Amino acid sequence: MQNQQDVFFQDKVDKEIRIEPKDWMPEKYRQTLIRQISQHAHSEIIGMLPEGNWITRAPSLRRKAILLAKVQDEAGHGLYLYSAAETLGISRDEMYHQLHTGKAKYSSIFNYPTLSWADMGVIGWLVDGAAIMNQVPLCRSSYGPYARAMVRVCKEESFHQRQGFDILYTLGKGSEAQRKMAQDAINRWWWPSIMMFGPKDDESPNSIQSMKWKIKRFSNDELRQKFIDVCAEQVKVLGFTLPDKDLKWNEARKHYDFGTINWDEFWQVIQGNGPCNKERLDARKKAWADGEWVRDAATAYATKKTAKNKAA
Amino acid sequence: MSTHSNSKIEWPLWEIFVRSKQGLDHKHVGSLHAADAAMAIENARDVYTRRMEGISIWAVESKNIHASNPDEAGSLYDPANDKAYRHPTFYDLPDEVKYM
Ligand SMILES: [Fe+2]
Ligand SMILES: [Fe+2]
Ligand SMILES: [Fe+2]
Repeated sequence: MQNQQDVFFQDKVDKEIRIEPKDWMPEKYRQTLIRQISQHAHSEIIGMLPEGNWITRAPSLRRKAILLAKVQDEAGHGLYLYSAAETLGISRDEMYHQLHTGKAKYSSIFNYPTLSWADMGVIGWLVDGAAIMNQVPLCRSSYGPYARAMVRVCKEESFHQRQGFDILYTLGKGSEAQRKMAQDAINRWWWPSIMMFGPKDDESPNSIQSMKWKIKRFSNDELRQKFIDVCAEQVKVLGFTLPDKDLKWNEARKHYDFGTINWDEFWQVIQGNGPCNKERLDARKKAWADGEWVRDAATAYATKKTAKNKAA
Repeated sequence: MSTHSNSKIEWPLWEIFVRSKQGLDHKHVGSLHAADAAMAIENARDVYTRRMEGISIWAVESKNIHASNPDEAGSLYDPANDKAYRHPTFYDLPDEVKYM
């Protein structure tokens, strides 16, 4: 019986019929999605912190308004994704609990510090750029609510990438100090950005099942290569360089070759030893604790009002 | 999970429907948590209409939504399958007939 359901399920997925919340699904499919969607949601929420760091110090009112709108979008992305995950039977509080206790992970890129204004440019261009590369295929993910959330997210992400590129392009036309600041930011963020696609394919054991279930459409290495190819060209337009001496066009492969990624650093940051892991989690936990009285007051008000309406 | 340090009651979940412009239906866009209906609508404005996606919002507490059972989809919708005569293309008209 279980087996027959599995076959029927896989057949639906193969035919590109979306799976909806009340449909039967293998338990492992449900768990994989809960893990992936909630981690993605956490990444959007934690992802607000490095940029939030620069809102009050944006160099002009225009840049400040743009950055504020961008960070607000990220909050929205987190919320779309949390509610998509909830359709799989996990509660919002449980997800927060997993984040706050360190049980759930989020994208390790947000554990790096934002040291200068140019970092806002690089985050938009590279970090949001890598996110888009990852996320566009997720708009066709087999799980309906996830795919629909991703459509909304992707529509908003392209503004994020462009505003970042625009910051760097402007700095590139600026003073020597501004150019230096931008190049330094690119140098610091490049390698962590290409790590965002996750471990190499042969070290990514869950990928095969995820691809079979069409939760994932392309492998980590395929997406990473695509991203590197695009950035290697765009950086020329900006007038800067990428910090990889092995980066070079390979005519036979029709792709850029690139240097060795420091996977040790990647695993260190995932395991909690990145430069800002503690700071990020502490900020998140503080926000949750500080908001407690607001949540309680709103609940008390709603309860009182309902009681009053019933009495009337 | 029962080991929560914070095992308070969550704000209820609301399903949000947005009318993108006058003359169109409200369409389901997603859900969110809010303490009451007024807060649900306010939050929906911030979460789902940051780019003029809507001019009207409905919020319905999720527990009040009743859904058909996907396992019964077959028997529920099948009867419509063999009634091709409900569609105008079922009828062959003489070529001389215009505007029908
Ligand atoms: Fe986002
Ligand atoms: Fe994202
Ligand atoms: Fe973004």
